[in-house]
Amino acid sequence: MRSDKPSDSTKEEDPNKSAVEAITDPTKGIGAIKNVTMNTPLDQERIKRGEEIYNMKCQACHKLDDKRVVGPGWKDITTRRKPEWIMNMILNVDVMLEQDEEAQKMLELCLMRMPNQNLSIGDARDVLEFMRQNDGEK
Amino acid sequence: MKTNIVYRGLSVLVILAGLVVWQGCKPKAPTTVTMGDAASKVYVAPGQYDEFYNIVSGGFNGQIGVYGIPSGRLFKILPVFSVFPESGYGYSEETKPMLNTSHGNVPWDDLHHIALSTTKGEHDGRWMFANANNTPRVARVSFKSFRTEEILEIPNSGGNHSSPFITENTEYLVAGTRFSVPMGGKDVPISSYKENFKGSISFIKVNPESGRMNIAFQLRTPGFNFDLSRAGKGASHGWFFFSCYNTEQAYTLLEVNASQNDKDFIMAVNWKKAEEYLAQGKGKVEKVKYAHNIYDDKTHSATTTMENEVTVLDVMEFPDIVYFIPCPKSPHGCDVDPTGEYIVGSGKLAAMMPVFSFTKLQAAIAAKDYEGDFNGIPVIKYESALHGEVKKPGLGPLHTEFDEKGNAYTSFFVSSEIVKWNVKTLEVLDRVPTYYSIGHLSVPGGPTSKPHGKYVIAYNKITKDRYLPTGPELTQSAQLYDISGDKMKLLLDFPTVGEPHYAESIPASMITPNSTKIYKIEENENPYAAKGEGQARVERKGNEIHVYMTAIRSHLTPDNIEGVKVGDEVYFHVTNLEQDWDVPHGFAIRGALNAEILIMPGETQTLKYKPLVPGIVPFYCTDFCSALHQEMSGYLRVSAAGSNTPLKFSTGVIEGEASGAGH
Ligand code: HEC
Ligand SMILES: [Cu+2]
Repeated sequence: MRSDKPSDSTKEEDPNKSAVEAITDPTKGIGAIKNVTMNTPLDQERIKRGEEIYNMKCQACHKLDDKRVVGPGWKDITTRRKPEWIMNMILNVDVMLEQDEEAQKMLELCLMRMPNQNLSIGDARDVLEFMRQNDGEK
Repeated sequence: MKTNIVYRGLSVLVILAGLVVWQGCKPKAPTTVTMGDAASKVYVAPGQYDEFYNIVSGGFNGQIGVYGIPSGRLFKILPVFSVFPESGYGYSEETKPMLNTSHGNVPWDDLHHIALSTTKGEHDGRWMFANANNTPRVARVSFKSFRTEEILEIPNSGGNHSSPFITENTEYLVAGTRFSVPMGGKDVPISSYKENFKGSISFIKVNPESGRMNIAFQLRTPGFNFDLSRAGKGASHGWFFFSCYNTEQAYTLLEVNASQNDKDFIMAVNWKKAEEYLAQGKGKVEKVKYAHNIYDDKTHSATTTMENEVTVLDVMEFPDIVYFIPCPKSPHGCDVDPTGEYIVGSGKLAAMMPVFSFTKLQAAIAAKDYEGDFNGIPVIKYESALHGEVKKPGLGPLHTEFDEKGNAYTSFFVSSEIVKWNVKTLEVLDRVPTYYSIGHLSVPGGPTSKPHGKYVIAYNKITKDRYLPTGPELTQSAQLYDISGDKMKLLLDFPTVGEPHYAESIPASMITPNSTKIYKIEENENPYAAKGEGQARVERKGNEIHVYMTAIRSHLTPDNIEGVKVGDEVYFHVTNLEQDWDVPHGFAIRGALNAEILIMPGETQTLKYKPLVPGIVPFYCTDFCSALHQEMSGYLRVSAAGSNTPLKFSTGVIEGEASGAGH
């Protein structure tokens, strides 16, 4: 008698593992995020939270200009990538690195797997708002 | 089908090995061949989980080993009472206080017994408790983090063997002294044992929410040795039973002089009665000194509080707290069956095993059915408390565990066997050999009101020829037996670390869902945390240098540090910025006179380093963390004392651009 592996207990809050199915629009990446509504003017509260998360969990590898350190610099990322793709990359990075062509190309370049930093959907959305501001949106 | 093939291959091997090895020297060998489909019963396929966690005391390694059952695979060693350079436990600034005692920092101990927390007599999967036998202490280890969270020193104790047995709702755990000693560190002749030496049993209260421990009271007893113990349960809840030996009160050559009496005692303690006396203010407060060490999950740091008082009840003044039951010949195990009605005494030198009845004991007390007294404490008539004797069970009974079907399993050290018998009828049902000299044994849930059954595991003192030889010192071992049928069946030998004494097993399903995966960096309250690379820095305070360093795959920030001088004390406070499961980083620096530190995701740990000579000193991450792990390193420049090299630090800055913190 062996017990089965217990299912991932963080499943509820953690969208990473839930949606592995390919979605119709590959430019949106793979994961739970199918549609992101973006408003202007930017939400200042979100930006503030997003910056705090960046300082704590992302800054070690991503700079805000276009220079690559460990990961790519974030300058112009919001014009390069769809918002859904960015959030899926943050929330579902293991699957993205396995299956998404664009993410894989980056991995071949950086040779370092982007870590799962355990962000909630809300956290990832905050970071996205911060990225928009960094790219000059108002 | 696959398992069949595996098994067949195995049995051929076993038989061959038997022929080759055995012919020479070993008459008992053929019985070592396991029977039936043993291999498939312990086979846990790659990627599959075991059914039980087996929490095994490490004896003289001072640690706990975590194994899987039925596979016998070792998952982890948890440092408790001994330093562990592998993780930095006892070496990092944060964990050093865990090993503080009234004697100073004691970096080693002898860990004998495990008690898993229970609610209503059943496992609740919250904590593991363990005892330190040498410098008396008890520890609480979390089932979430698998870390030692608390260590409490026991004052007035000469060696904490009779510990840490727990009551059915984890109200108390006990710490009974193995050696009686004069209280208060009195300087007296050893030969004044009878007059001056006393026993002491601490009742440690466990906070039901936090698990925090404190000594509620101590019972002062006549001087002799306390060996093992069990709490009552069900009907006998409110009572505790202790085996006592050396009622001869010998103080030399105990081997002979403590084996004179036909009977020693099982001491029955009515702890609810003791609580009543305490509530009436009958306890005496005594001045003592003992350390209480607590590890905080939020600051990732331990603190020591020196306590200086304990409340004592002298049982010679309150004779209705304690009763002695005569028990043949130096009892070791003193085990209570799942119903709480039967108490099994295992006299190491006795040819039979008495089983006492709690109902009869109560009747005997009510009728004052005493055969006399010992230092004023009533001694119950043996027959009045006796349910019956297990006749000719084996040689050298030590410990008894129980299954869910009313059976008991007793280990016999001298005759190297486990004997199964029926608790009610006292009839011997089966016996199996162990290889060799079994000490403790364990049935999953065996000490609880609801045993999980299925297996009995033997923890043997001697392995002799069971494993490939490794010089004079051989591995210790465990053996797994299937007890689901009428006959016990040997399934597996597996080696263990240290010297296993008592162990418990608990279903994995009660533990795995709650296991900590990461420490949330937002919740990190270590005062030296750098929560993000922006906070990485170096500060000088007199001759102390504090490096607030971050680690993430795969660089340390800062990784160039200058301006440290001989005579400085450098504290590397390393915060792991990862937030993913199973990504620890390590930190080590050349010539450090301590150990490495391993830092879990979101955690901060500190390594102290004192440079002794000028030069460039490399440091690096010791835990292979990514393809670029070998790059995860840095340099510390150490200048001569009194030199004026400015303090500076950076990461990723090529000289010429360097200016303070470099990002
Ligand atoms: C340990 C270094 C590291 C950390 C920390 C890190 N990343 Fe990354 N990130 C990478 C790497 C490397 C890549 C490129 C893909 C790869 O190699 O895995 C990347 C790629 C990305 C991309 C895609 C970039 C592009 O140009 O398309 C996004 C978006 C991203 N990361 C977001 C984040 C966020 C948000 C955080 C913090 C919560 C974060 N990363 C933390 C290393 C890191
Ligand atoms: Cu590393």
